[in-house]
Amino acid sequence: MSLLEISDLRIALNGDRDSQVVKGLDLSIEAGQTTCLVGESGSGKSLTALATMGLLPPVLKPIAGSIKLKGEELLGAKQSRLRALRATSMSMIFQEPMTALNPVARVGQQIEEVLEFHSDLSQSARKTRVKEMMEQVHLPDVDKMYRSFPHQLSGGQRQRIMIAMALVMRPQLLIADEPTTALDVTTQAQILSLIRELREEQGAAVLFITHDMGVVSEIADDVTVLKLGEVMETQKLDDLLRRPKTEYTRDLLRSVPSQVPRMARPRTSDNVVLEATDLCKTYGGGGLFRKGREVKAAQDVSFSLPKGRTLGIVGESGSGKTTVARCIMRLIDPTSGAIRVGGTDIAQLTQKELKPERKNIQIVFQDPMRSLNPRIEIGQSIIEGPLNFGVPKDKALARARELLELVGLPASAVNRFPHQFSGGQRQRIAIARALAMDPDVLVADEAVSALDVSVQAQVLNLLAELQERLGLGILFITHDLGVAAQICDDVLVMQYGKVVEYGPAAQVLGSPQQDYTKALIKAAPGRHWDFANFRPFAEAAE
Amino acid sequence: MTDQSASSVVPARVTALARAREIVFSGPLVTIAAGILLIIVLSALLAQWIVPHDPVRLSPGVRLKPPSEEFWLGTDAYGRDLFSRIIYGGRISLVVGVAAAIFAVVLGLLLGLLAGYIRWIDAVLMRMVDGLMAIPSILLAIAIVSLWGASLWTVLVAITIPEVPRVVRLVRSLVLSAREEPYVEAAIAAGTPTWIIMRRHLVPNTIAPLIIQGTYICASAILTEAILSFLGAGINPETPSWGNIMAEGRIYFQINPGIVLWPGLVVSITILSINLLGDAVRDALDPRMAKRGIER
Repeated sequence: MSLLEISDLRIALNGDRDSQVVKGLDLSIEAGQTTCLVGESGSGKSLTALATMGLLPPVLKPIAGSIKLKGEELLGAKQSRLRALRATSMSMIFQEPMTALNPVARVGQQIEEVLEFHSDLSQSARKTRVKEMMEQVHLPDVDKMYRSFPHQLSGGQRQRIMIAMALVMRPQLLIADEPTTALDVTTQAQILSLIRELREEQGAAVLFITHDMGVVSEIADDVTVLKLGEVMETQKLDDLLRRPKTEYTRDLLRSVPSQVPRMARPRTSDNVVLEATDLCKTYGGGGLFRKGREVKAAQDVSFSLPKGRTLGIVGESGSGKTTVARCIMRLIDPTSGAIRVGGTDIAQLTQKELKPERKNIQIVFQDPMRSLNPRIEIGQSIIEGPLNFGVPKDKALARARELLELVGLPASAVNRFPHQFSGGQRQRIAIARALAMDPDVLVADEAVSALDVSVQAQVLNLLAELQERLGLGILFITHDLGVAAQICDDVLVMQYGKVVEYGPAAQVLGSPQQDYTKALIKAAPGRHWDFANFRPFAEAAE
Repeated sequence: MTDQSASSVVPARVTALARAREIVFSGPLVTIAAGILLIIVLSALLAQWIVPHDPVRLSPGVRLKPPSEEFWLGTDAYGRDLFSRIIYGGRISLVVGVAAAIFAVVLGLLLGLLAGYIRWIDAVLMRMVDGLMAIPSILLAIAIVSLWGASLWTVLVAITIPEVPRVVRLVRSLVLSAREEPYVEAAIAAGTPTWIIMRRHLVPNTIAPLIIQGTYICASAILTEAILSFLGAGINPETPSWGNIMAEGRIYFQINPGIVLWPGLVVSITILSINLLGDAVRDALDPRMAKRGIER
């Protein structure tokens, strides 16, 4: 008998048969195994986890099927029984370690609370157990950490606390819902190895939910692929990666950006469209009445971007990559240094002097949900820039229609509102808006990070195609080495506001010189797999 | 999820009338409140055709009469018909309420936009706002009225000014979060002039909360006007307003308590209705508050 056995699970909106969001899911996990539930957004992977925990929101109801934990039926079980099972037999960790902890309670006590409710250990025994658990998840200086508040810990440490909380009662089933998505790659690698280690130590079964094939290849024993609530296939990890049965899985794997850097394209032009020299940005510092802490978000950042090429700025959170992008766009004012866009230094221009230069450099943001004003038609969003530069309205609108077709949307979409589009489509619209100004430089600030892999691949292709056609210089800010490897000619690695390494992509990502770059590359999940060719890289070399 | 949640944030495509109807019939209490307000507003507008007696004509012969067939709610100390005075009094109270709400919202919106968007103005303006908020609003209003003398306009100014800081703070906080939105930054990057950014991208974000705040200001202004009149710092006692009817009746409370109680009841019911309507508007415009559980 499997530890967790889900059969024919159907979940529907308002219990309505015709609006099923999970359509007949089968899944089983043995003790000591990890099953990955993979799918893009809207596939129902998180709902399956919530249904298992008995935490579905009230509008979503399981209408058929069964979920058995050690043979005990969970669907329809009493709330009190589910409450007792949570933490003792099954527990869950969530994506956001920032919001999953109570900000005003000490983390040690938050873990201890679990023991207080679910065990009859004495207070001192509880404390010892909590500290043991904290050591087991490799938190440093446990005595001090026990008394810390969540805001004093890093994202990775908070996720460790969450894991400690989930495992302190030694549950047989751990459900992890995108536990590493909000973390940096190096932290992600640590958390993944921690989950592997604890699974072996405690012999628990892990239901691991993710959208990231790289992560899957690192942690899964079995993989179940979901699409819009339906199971596409379930296979052993190796079989799935080598011989996917369905076209959907094949496409999913093909969309995973390869970690092997592309070769830089030959320089077609010596025309440098964007150049930064010794760019610095310092936040904070002394005010009139207070002495603030200075944060050097960017220090002496220099690079140059020729026409028609792509420069990637890669780094983890807090590396200063977004600060650089915002300085380049003059959304914030750089402290010192020069930014030359087509020969003009815009670093110290006043807003008024800046305005004519604005049209040469445009930006695409990360969050497709927020980058378009929800209240105005997309056509109006697209022509906003040209109108500022005196283009007549009818001409600008005609151009907007052309641009929409250029980015792969129907021209008639100009009159629609942002909420009528999917995330990927909105990102295309944002690109069209940027192109409406005929810029020489396009800054893409994590422009594909919020998208599903298949959509991500499409948007990356679109960018490459537009670059070819229009000779754009693209400054691509990303945390994802795979994406950087796929589209960048040159790569600049940043850490703590400083440039660590800068050079052609093949060199920086292929044979990195600096320790930090090496560590980043080593931490990237799934770097041994050539997903697109359904084999490990090691075999390709043979 | 995308389509539903996005469309509820964007009420733009539903006609204003349909939306108003939806709000009014969102619950029995709201419908009753709206009905009461409609009656009060209509009776104030059509006062000269409704009232049985001249509200300002003195008739010493019928002083302090109890309610009767001729004087429905009795008469005051000068023999004026109380019912007629209350109906006429609604004109002043409602004008003050609505005008104060509009003035406070418009002024607060302008100042709040400046404070939220332009950093150096923020520092100066918000300290002034803080200072203003430190003074109790009734005291400030009395000071303003006694400085310039009582008239409809000074009373309006005196009631509006203490309400402005709250609106400024509200708008400022909305602008501070809206200006971080990528679409605002995209507009900056596209060289859009500041005032267009404010009008196109920032002001729409403030409309729903401002309408809600406006209803609360309206209610509170009606109350403040009544208090000012009651304290003798209000509109000229010859013009009836709910506040000064009560103020005049105070001395005769033991002889004819109705002079204080009836206008007081009308004030309470009006304010309650406005607040109920305000809550309904809030629920309709801010789905996060009302449709919790469905919106997930």
